[in-house]
Amino acid sequence: MTNILTTKNLNIHYGPKHAVHDVNLNIKDGKITAIIGPSGCGKSTILRCFNRMNDFITGIKISGEVVFNERNIYHPSTDPSRIRKSVGMVFQRPNPFPKSIYNNIVWGPKINNLDLDFEELVETSLKKAALWDEVKDRLNDSALALSGGQQQRLCIARAIAMSPKVILMDEPCSALDPKATIKIEDLMGELRESYTIVIVTHNMQQAARVSDETAFFYEGELIEFGNTPDMFTNPTKKQTEDYITGRFG
Amino acid sequence: MGRKIKSVIFYFLCLVSTILCLFLLGILIYHLFIQGKDYFTWDFLNNFPSRFASKAGVKPGIYGTFYMMALTAIIAVPLGISTAIYMEEYGPKNKWMNLIQINISNLAGMPSIIYGLLGLAVFVRFFGLERSILSGSLTLSLLILPVIIIASQGAIKSVPQSIRDAGYALGARKFHVVFTQVLPAAIPGIMTGVILSLSRAIGEAAPLIVVGAVGYISYLPHTIMDGFTVLPIQIYNWASRPQEEFQGLASAAILVLLIGLFSLNFVAVYIRERFQRYKDND
Repeated sequence: MTNILTTKNLNIHYGPKHAVHDVNLNIKDGKITAIIGPSGCGKSTILRCFNRMNDFITGIKISGEVVFNERNIYHPSTDPSRIRKSVGMVFQRPNPFPKSIYNNIVWGPKINNLDLDFEELVETSLKKAALWDEVKDRLNDSALALSGGQQQRLCIARAIAMSPKVILMDEPCSALDPKATIKIEDLMGELRESYTIVIVTHNMQQAARVSDETAFFYEGELIEFGNTPDMFTNPTKKQTEDYITGRFG
Repeated sequence: MGRKIKSVIFYFLCLVSTILCLFLLGILIYHLFIQGKDYFTWDFLNNFPSRFASKAGVKPGIYGTFYMMALTAIIAVPLGISTAIYMEEYGPKNKWMNLIQINISNLAGMPSIIYGLLGLAVFVRFFGLERSILSGSLTLSLLILPVIIIASQGAIKSVPQSIRDAGYALGARKFHVVFTQVLPAAIPGIMTGVILSLSRAIGEAAPLIVVGAVGYISYLPHTIMDGFTVLPIQIYNWASRPQEEFQGLASAAILVLLIGLFSLNFVAVYIRERFQRYKDND
């Protein structure tokens, strides 16, 4: 099994705060990897290193390497917007553009000058995101008229439209109700066929349900990383056990 | 006193204030209408000013105001919006930027006559643009630039960061995020600021008197270097005459100006609605 994303001695400082300590993590190609841990353990920060979305935060200092496709994406010669074409992202709160459903999907490919049949792209992307049947008759309506769950699936469709290799999901269900959450989780099961997914979640049950591999972080350190069923049934570290059994966090 | 009574009193205070404002505005418009209605004729709109009240009209004033507004908008709007984009999206956030920001806010509160004096010294004299529409427009542009910049900055700031994040996460460059996401989302707010400031400029007389608008003019301007008059100057000129008829003419000219202002605001509302189609539906 090949690793699609690898971090080597990744350290992140926010000003004086050492947020992430020496993380070495391997994300396997074609798997769903869950990153779990209590609030403030640095899990979102690490996720945002995979597509350099941390670049916009002032006062952040990142050292070490993040290797994607055998290239260090933090190498000075790397163009972050090229990385983001192959590493898509879904955010904590659904953030569709204030445009039509159709234009939400085609905006990314259009500005990146992808030469595609846009009608077809919209249909296939929405189908892959399990949203097509609900919106096919109103593609020109505002994306903001959709429900929260539909908006989040639209955001997934928007990411898929760029044909990324990896989709990063930053607590994608935390703003959704249980019904919408189940839909997103089912969708992730289907998407794993074509994409590598890294999901940050504060919900351990969700990690157990959807992921193949789980990484547990505590106070900026990678405590344990392994196969999800093993980790939830037989954690090797005391802290992991305490967290997944709900003793803290 | 009970909380309920307090709430009722507050409600009535607000209601009375609103009614009072509307009432005063109503009286003003009613008064103008009564005084000006007999003068508000087709001839009035089509004639040049005259010392005979029966022959006097506002044609050059209407043309002057129209040209002045068009040219002011052409100069001030692109400059103002670009400045706002630079300051919000590209400029460094340091003490120099803060200083500039404070100065822009101060400029927005400057009396308009000061801009008139500046226009006289810089555009009319120094650049030798004479007492022309161009000098007047440049002066009015300076007057409304700070307002346009501040309104546009506010509109750009109110576009949520999450929209920008979404854009960048799709591999967009800053140029695309700013011009195809942030700016369209900010347009309704920007347009409101632009129209409000243009409305202010339409009503200005003081700076244009200083820059050299004339009360009596017997030709229509053909180029931007021609002399000019505008409605407020015409109104000022007529209203300062003792004869009753000229008071009526002034009222009729104010009605013309008001119709212009209302149309401008109508355009603003239309643009806002059009661009807000994709805003939240709830």
